[in-house]
Amino acid sequence: MPYEAWKDNEYIESLVKELQANGTNVIVGTFDKLINWGRSNSLWPLTFATSCCGIEFVSLGAARYDMARFGWEVARSSPRQADFIMVAGTIVHRMAPVLRRLYDQLAEPKYVIACGACAVSGGPFKKSYHVVMGVDKIIPVDVYLPGCPPRPEAMIYSIMQLSRKIKVERFFGGVNRQEKQEEFLKAHPIEGVDD
Amino acid sequence: MADIQEKIAKLFPDATFEQGDTLLVNIPDEKWHNLARTLRDDADLSFDFLVTIVGMDWKETLGCIYYLTSTRNNAKISVKVTTADRSNPMLHSISDLWAIAGIFEREVYDYFGIVFIGNPDMRRLFLSIDWKGYPLRKDYDESPETNPVPTDNERQSDYTDTYVELEDGKVEKRETRVFEADDFVVNIGPQHPATHGVLRFRTAVDGETIKKIDVYMGYIHRGIEKICEKLTYPQTLHFMDRLDYFSAHPYHHCLCMTIEQAAGIEISRRAQVIRVLMDELSRIASHCLFMGTFCMDLGATTMLFYTLRVREQILDIMEKTCGARMTFNYECIGGVMQDLHPDFVSDVKALLAVIPKNIKEYNQIFTGNIIAKNRMEGVGVLSREDAISWAVTGPSGRASGWACDVRKTDPYSIYGELEFDEVIRHEGDSMARFKVRLDEITQSARIIEQLIDNIPDGEYCVKVPKVLKLPVGHWFRKVEGCRGTFGIFLESDGATSPYRLKIVPPSLPAAAVVDHITSGNKIADLITIGGSLDYIVPDMDR
Repeated sequence: MPYEAWKDNEYIESLVKELQANGTNVIVGTFDKLINWGRSNSLWPLTFATSCCGIEFVSLGAARYDMARFGWEVARSSPRQADFIMVAGTIVHRMAPVLRRLYDQLAEPKYVIACGACAVSGGPFKKSYHVVMGVDKIIPVDVYLPGCPPRPEAMIYSIMQLSRKIKVERFFGGVNRQEKQEEFLKAHPIEGVDD
Repeated sequence: MADIQEKIAKLFPDATFEQGDTLLVNIPDEKWHNLARTLRDDADLSFDFLVTIVGMDWKETLGCIYYLTSTRNNAKISVKVTTADRSNPMLHSISDLWAIAGIFEREVYDYFGIVFIGNPDMRRLFLSIDWKGYPLRKDYDESPETNPVPTDNERQSDYTDTYVELEDGKVEKRETRVFEADDFVVNIGPQHPATHGVLRFRTAVDGETIKKIDVYMGYIHRGIEKICEKLTYPQTLHFMDRLDYFSAHPYHHCLCMTIEQAAGIEISRRAQVIRVLMDELSRIASHCLFMGTFCMDLGATTMLFYTLRVREQILDIMEKTCGARMTFNYECIGGVMQDLHPDFVSDVKALLAVIPKNIKEYNQIFTGNIIAKNRMEGVGVLSREDAISWAVTGPSGRASGWACDVRKTDPYSIYGELEFDEVIRHEGDSMARFKVRLDEITQSARIIEQLIDNIPDGEYCVKVPKVLKLPVGHWFRKVEGCRGTFGIFLESDGATSPYRLKIVPPSLPAAAVVDHITSGNKIADLITIGGSLDYIVPDMDR
């Protein structure tokens, strides 16, 4: 995909600028590149689906859209083996502590894609008494993917965006020390869950 | 119908009658349990199928409307029981007469706070035990401050409440255990790949054998019924796509029919044919996905790729006409949103040509497989009586020998003119449930074959008023969704939005019956049985 075809290059550029501001160690930088190349090409999702979006995720795994082309087909049922969680579907009050717990169980470094209108903002259930209006109220989100439900192509695009983000990250001293994430979790406490 | 009324009037002089789309009996709460017993056991009446319990808030009074059907002669009746006590409302339970009433009453309790005397398990169903207020009451305080997003793990209790009526008429609250004190309870879900969504089973096991399952719902309860009360009629339609996302077309069809009946709108023949075509196409797509995921649960991952091939072909057809792959929002009040795509007929014919080949292939890959046979045959047997008592409709009910297809029992739209067989098997096990769905694909294809060459000309959507107001009254309509009987109860007070819109999903009984079928089976069979019942969690939770 050509660089101009991506939608939000400013974000990636600002990430790169932030990394370049302090300069990069030649050796560590090379290792970063190597590790990130591996990480970004074998993203393992967690099988997590609450509603309609989950069915499109099944289609994504089947022969027609075939996410195995990108190295994402290893959908894990245990969060401990997954790299990112695709929040596919509505999150309601009863599910909120469960989702947070699943997020905490993901192995570092971990990422979140808010997939579909419900996960982004509450979507069609904005007026509901029992729906969490956006999963970013509970867990930090890396990629927002609108749509109700998003097409499998859009899901591919969102995971590609995520892998693009991973590619420019600094692994050593960067994402393996998730300071921003800790700040977020401190600001959004859930009692009884050990962060 | 007049004989039923006479008979009830003779036995219960307190009863009053109203004639709507069904006979509605008003009965005081004290007499209700006796009437219920008569309705079920009397040989002439034999109303053995409890379709739903609609909880209601009429501002001055709270109460329930019970919809009953006789599986013998297809007679229908509804019973209204009310209580004027808003602070401490109580009604008598009928959970000893119909097994499914236990869950239905818990739902009413959760929404309206009506306590059922004699129900052994009076816990909330969808909301947490610390939830403040009863959301479907008209005076419910909906501000997010009352019930904020929980920042704490949900409080769990091993106990449940039972309300018992004593000799002197007083009601006593007793606390009973859900499981026995020394039971070993395994938690399955809500995040589990084989529960098909976020459903949780608290499973008491004895070694590998299941003793009891406590089904824990509400992990995707979105409060659709309450939202609908705040929206205009056309705006309520799109939620039907998001209940059981595979039955989007039949569910839409049901709500549209209810509103059209209430408003007295007559739709064109072309729109009716298009609706039936879409219903049957989605039935094929739904059953294909069922087979794929079910076989995947049993370890045959390959099947998913084969069945999704047909499903993708159907989704392409839908996409050309409806503009979306899943949440179509295609049927609207008065007909359908857009006309058929020019390629529709040729695409459907291409689909019909490949279906028989595919079914043959599925049978070769899976149905005859010895492992599949061993895992499915005789596993999770549901008898016909239990299927009726638990209100398990759809393909799962028909696998137990219960002819419950709404397309045959109460033909709606143009189903009465079409030629197709109701697929019924008598084994009642997981294999039967699988085979019924496989055969229903052929029957759906047969319906489509009859219609595809004679889609009549005409308008696809009749003119309806821009602002739609329904007359005062209530209506109840049923359709055959992909997973069973789907019903809509609509009460209007003459405004532009519904006073109460009750959704009757087929998946709720299918999940409720899991405890009954699995007890005594091995824990590995829970996956087979759950998969073969084919419940959709957003459908049961709403």
